[in-house]
Amino acid sequence: MRRLVRAALLGSAIFLAAFPGWAVQPDEVLEDATLEERARDISAGLRCPVCQNESIDESSADIARDLRLLVRERLVEGDSDTEVVDYIVARYGEYVLLSPNFDGANRVLWILPLVLLGAGIGLSVVYIRGRASAPAPAEAGLSADEQARLDAILDNDRAD
Amino acid sequence: MIVELGHFALILAFAVAIFQMVVPMAGAWAGNRGWMATADPAASAQFVLTAFSFAALTYAFVTSDFSLSLVVANSHTDKPLLYKITGVWGNHEGSLLLWVLILTLFGACASWFGKNLPPTLRARVLAVQSAVAVAFFAFILFTSNPFLRLASPPFDGQDLNPLLQDPGLAFHPPFLYLGYVGLSMAFSFAVAALIEGRVDAAWGRWVRPWTLAAWVFLTIGIGLGSWWAYYELGWGGFWFWDPVENASFMPWLISAALLHSAIVVEKRESLKSWTILLAILAFGFSLIGTFIVRSGVLTSVHAFANDPERGVFILMILAVFMGGALLLFALRAGTMEAKGVFGIVSRESGLVFNNLILAVSTFVVFIGTIWPLIADLFFDRTLSVGPPFFDAAFTPFVFALSVALPIAAMMPWKRATIAKPMRALIPAAVLALAVGLLTWAMWTGQSAIGPIGVSLSVWLVAGAATDLWSRTGRGPIGGRLGRLTRLPRADWGKSIAHAGVGITMFGVVTLTGYQIEDIRVAREGEAYQVGAYEIELLGVDENVQGPNYLSTMASVAVRDPETGAEISLLNPERRIYPVAGMPTTEAGINNGVTRDVYVTLGDPQVGGGWALRVWIKPFANWIWGGTIIMALGGFLSLSDRRYRVAAGAAKAPVAGVPAE
Repeated sequence: MRRLVRAALLGSAIFLAAFPGWAVQPDEVLEDATLEERARDISAGLRCPVCQNESIDESSADIARDLRLLVRERLVEGDSDTEVVDYIVARYGEYVLLSPNFDGANRVLWILPLVLLGAGIGLSVVYIRGRASAPAPAEAGLSADEQARLDAILDNDRAD
Repeated sequence: MIVELGHFALILAFAVAIFQMVVPMAGAWAGNRGWMATADPAASAQFVLTAFSFAALTYAFVTSDFSLSLVVANSHTDKPLLYKITGVWGNHEGSLLLWVLILTLFGACASWFGKNLPPTLRARVLAVQSAVAVAFFAFILFTSNPFLRLASPPFDGQDLNPLLQDPGLAFHPPFLYLGYVGLSMAFSFAVAALIEGRVDAAWGRWVRPWTLAAWVFLTIGIGLGSWWAYYELGWGGFWFWDPVENASFMPWLISAALLHSAIVVEKRESLKSWTILLAILAFGFSLIGTFIVRSGVLTSVHAFANDPERGVFILMILAVFMGGALLLFALRAGTMEAKGVFGIVSRESGLVFNNLILAVSTFVVFIGTIWPLIADLFFDRTLSVGPPFFDAAFTPFVFALSVALPIAAMMPWKRATIAKPMRALIPAAVLALAVGLLTWAMWTGQSAIGPIGVSLSVWLVAGAATDLWSRTGRGPIGGRLGRLTRLPRADWGKSIAHAGVGITMFGVVTLTGYQIEDIRVAREGEAYQVGAYEIELLGVDENVQGPNYLSTMASVAVRDPETGAEISLLNPERRIYPVAGMPTTEAGINNGVTRDVYVTLGDPQVGGGWALRVWIKPFANWIWGGTIIMALGGFLSLSDRRYRVAAGAAKAPVAGVPAE
């Protein structure tokens, strides 16, 4: 049965020209709306291997269609979302994952934003506390010449 | 002949740029006013020569001069005139020429409008600006010369990529470049100030309009690009976190940080060294963006390795300017002492928070963008970082910023309390919560991001309105309304730009969260319902002849299912551009304030009928409406009286009522 479905799907593929923006074809859509929605979600997270940064959900390339069919096939077989993704990654490599796994060196990618944010907050707090406790600056900061120039520029700013 | 003159003018401009890089700088060093003064005619000459060169290339495109290899590769005699002109920058060489044209224009503007800058600072700014120009003139002349002739010209050209033959994309690069290159001014001011060894309020006031202008142009450029992607790529996506998009988004984020931190320098003389660092980094990200787009290194590492000449050249420019500027920064930053003292709760602190979020989020986008490259080079892993990562990593920053923005924007300088602005913002908060709950109630079962995002966008818009209203002081409504119209344009600009952020956010959240999609085989005469609309395929004309393409065009009726009244007749198309050999999908879109009906035509089906894809996209236009409003806010701020005064346009005291 599965093979039959597949043959029918491939048969209709002959008529397909690669028009951009035409990803999910009507004949791919699953009857079961919940399964189809899961298929779309999974597809949006998988990269088309031959495209420039398009997910298989957006790409009109042949391989993207094959992958979409594969995703749906696995879902119909009863795989969980993770199993489907693992299945595809096992065959096409981690390159197809648009959201990289949290493992090995990739941990840096995922943790660095938090580290940067933490460091930034730390620096900001130190800076702000420093400014809050700093003594008021000496007022004689400008020479007469500079003061005149500044006055010319700041002329109408007192409104603020 | 004209082409040769253009080529010659470009070489001459290169020579002038070298002169302007060296002599005024030496003059500022030696205190020689004559040498410093040479910067002005040189800056003007550079611009005039580059403009002539650009005009010559445009002339070659318009007259379809196929002895130029660039024209052959990117034009065709059948192409409409508009796209012959935009074809000038629709390619690598021409776009770089546009880049230096804008660079020299900014340099010339600094010379024309900068008469009241201290002479040494001015000479140094123009010299640094010219140093950037030297690098890019060299890049063009040695690796990407647009004026190369062919020995045996063909009869016709190979056409411009049909996707680029579109008004949205035609004007996308010039705006982006105005933004990228505008940041070179902030960079030149930063480096010149580091060499001078001083940064004061006047410096902040000088840098801010340039940064603001650059940011406005980037906003427009990014908005145009996103709008183009939405209607042209055929599935209504508007942002893909593509490396090329990120390349423009990073300078946008960091210039937003810079224009806020420059306020602190201008008004309070604090955050000086941080602002200088941001100015350097902002231009650095512009250069990185240029590198990413022009070298192709991120789309394919291997494409870069096969033809590394251009990429390596930009990388060298990046290394020299960033390395040099950061070294200078490390040596001199310590000398810039902050003057302003402020409390832990104050507008200064609010702007520090703004900078923290914007700067860290810029680096998050940066890390995500280059991670595939790092993983490949150092860990031997071929992987991708796409929208799911960026959505997860970036959204929290947007939310954090949105929560704080209205409160921080209303806090006074020096010392404030959170309670006071919060009291004023109670109505805004109540409204935001109510709309959020309503959204949640209308679409139960969806993710929580939708209602939170909607609520925050209402909070931003209502907060901006509250901010503006609170500036009118106390008293009867009539008097406050009168004062509202007399508020400085900078106040209006601030509130309008902040509201624009909320409006864009609203569009993004509702579109991503609540769009309805339908894919099916549509047969002529069989109506069906999608969302609140009735759709019917009326017919398909398979032989439509365009000026330089062939088209299959469908007629699709969109009706109200209750009354049967026609709302719109859409003509989605599939085009083939025979010269370029490229198919494109033209969506049929019925634009509306509350939703777009977006229809694309697919393939003819075996058993009859056509594949038809229909989306109802809620509030889609609010995304670009919001970007226009942000840009408008920027323009309003830019036209504030104090800048016109600072720019030397009005020396005499301006008559008029003070704002408060």
